[in-house]
Amino acid sequence: MRFVDEYRDGRAASQLAAALRRLTTRPWTLMEVCGGQTHAIVKFGIDELLPPGVTLVHGPGCPVCVTPLELIEKALEIAAIPGVVFCSFGDMLRVPGRQSDLLSVKAAGGDVRIVYSPLDAVEIARRHPDRQVVFFAVGFETTAPANAMAVFQAAALKLANFSILVSHVLVPPAMEAILSSPACRVQGFLAAGHVCTVMGFTEYEPIARKYRVPIVVTGFEPVDILQGAYMCIKQLEEGRSEVENQYARAVRRTGNQPAQAYIKEVFEVVPRKWRGVGEIPSSGLGLAPRYREFDAELRFGVADRVVDEPAECISGQIMQGLKKPHECPAFAGHCTPEHPLGATMVSSEGACAAYYRYRRVSSTSLPIAEPVR
Amino acid sequence: MCLAIPGRIVSIEGDDPILRSGKVDFAGIGKRVNLSYVPQAQVGDFVLVHVGFAISIVDEHEARQVFEYLKTMGDLEELHAEESS
Repeated sequence: MRFVDEYRDGRAASQLAAALRRLTTRPWTLMEVCGGQTHAIVKFGIDELLPPGVTLVHGPGCPVCVTPLELIEKALEIAAIPGVVFCSFGDMLRVPGRQSDLLSVKAAGGDVRIVYSPLDAVEIARRHPDRQVVFFAVGFETTAPANAMAVFQAAALKLANFSILVSHVLVPPAMEAILSSPACRVQGFLAAGHVCTVMGFTEYEPIARKYRVPIVVTGFEPVDILQGAYMCIKQLEEGRSEVENQYARAVRRTGNQPAQAYIKEVFEVVPRKWRGVGEIPSSGLGLAPRYREFDAELRFGVADRVVDEPAECISGQIMQGLKKPHECPAFAGHCTPEHPLGATMVSSEGACAAYYRYRRVSSTSLPIAEPVR
Repeated sequence: MCLAIPGRIVSIEGDDPILRSGKVDFAGIGKRVNLSYVPQAQVGDFVLVHVGFAISIVDEHEARQVFEYLKTMGDLEELHAEESS
């Protein structure tokens, strides 16, 4: 086994799709939390294999998409400072700020570099003690251990020229924010498999109980997603609301404990603004007090910037599962991957970019199930 | 962004807990990966790699479960088909 191709097997997928049709007796609305799952669903047409009336709405799990405009503006300001080497994952470079993006800062002479791992940025700092090296630390729980280790190593190496601009977000508070909205139509969740690889899934157990919503930890390949949907709908049909694990080959109930220990060492839980959604309490990570010297916001004096979100982009509603990308008047018109209005059109995991790439037909609205509680 | 790719550990170097690393093979492409978060990983294990870090060891027994389940389901369907014919 190579743990990829087998889970793209057409025969297994159609067998699961047939089982889903036999199982389903009424319309259900599920949300897949992670942008990687959204990408796979739209790319492989998994939503089109589901029984009529079963709708997948796309969740907030794209860190590029939920990074607030304010933080993009802070990144642009720091990246333009002479002497700064600004390192980022590639996805962030084209996310639009108010007037510019990181790629434009680079074109104008800024030293903006794409790195594969935050440790690459630590290495650049070690090799260039005369330069200030800043890493744009975005991501969910999956990426937090890597960013924590970068800071931990920089501290061990006593690197005075390394810092991170933190925009770390957490999944469970976002799910709670979605569930507590009166407009919520999500009846079951496919939870983000790789987030749970790190954190496990005990955090979701009180959410499933409180909101009486089934939550199935799900992987990223077509067979995974179809099996996750099957397990979730089986619970709904039987009136259960439990946390189940479809992705057991990678996820254990208590997660990766060494990784959690480093997250706890370097970060603390803080309130975070989510793009298009607003501030959610205890929904992110910031540097713990003993690592604040590595905080780029403090080092470059940009902590107090406040920027309002643009009104015309509906990405906030899309990421809460209230609207689909093609329901936006700007979709594929004056919002395209070349000229995006918002981050959901930039990242390959953004719902708008996925629809633009794989689904650019004049879609009529898909049937939407009303929540049954 | 939370993309993590499975690969097989080919070699392991270093015993410092935060610098332990290894060469991981992704279907023919080799890459150096930090193994701090999978201290029990051995050469030959499949690990899930995200931004240069192994975050989980793939459990091969669990990996086969979905196909075992589908096989049972397929056998049952055939059984029903035989009964009704």
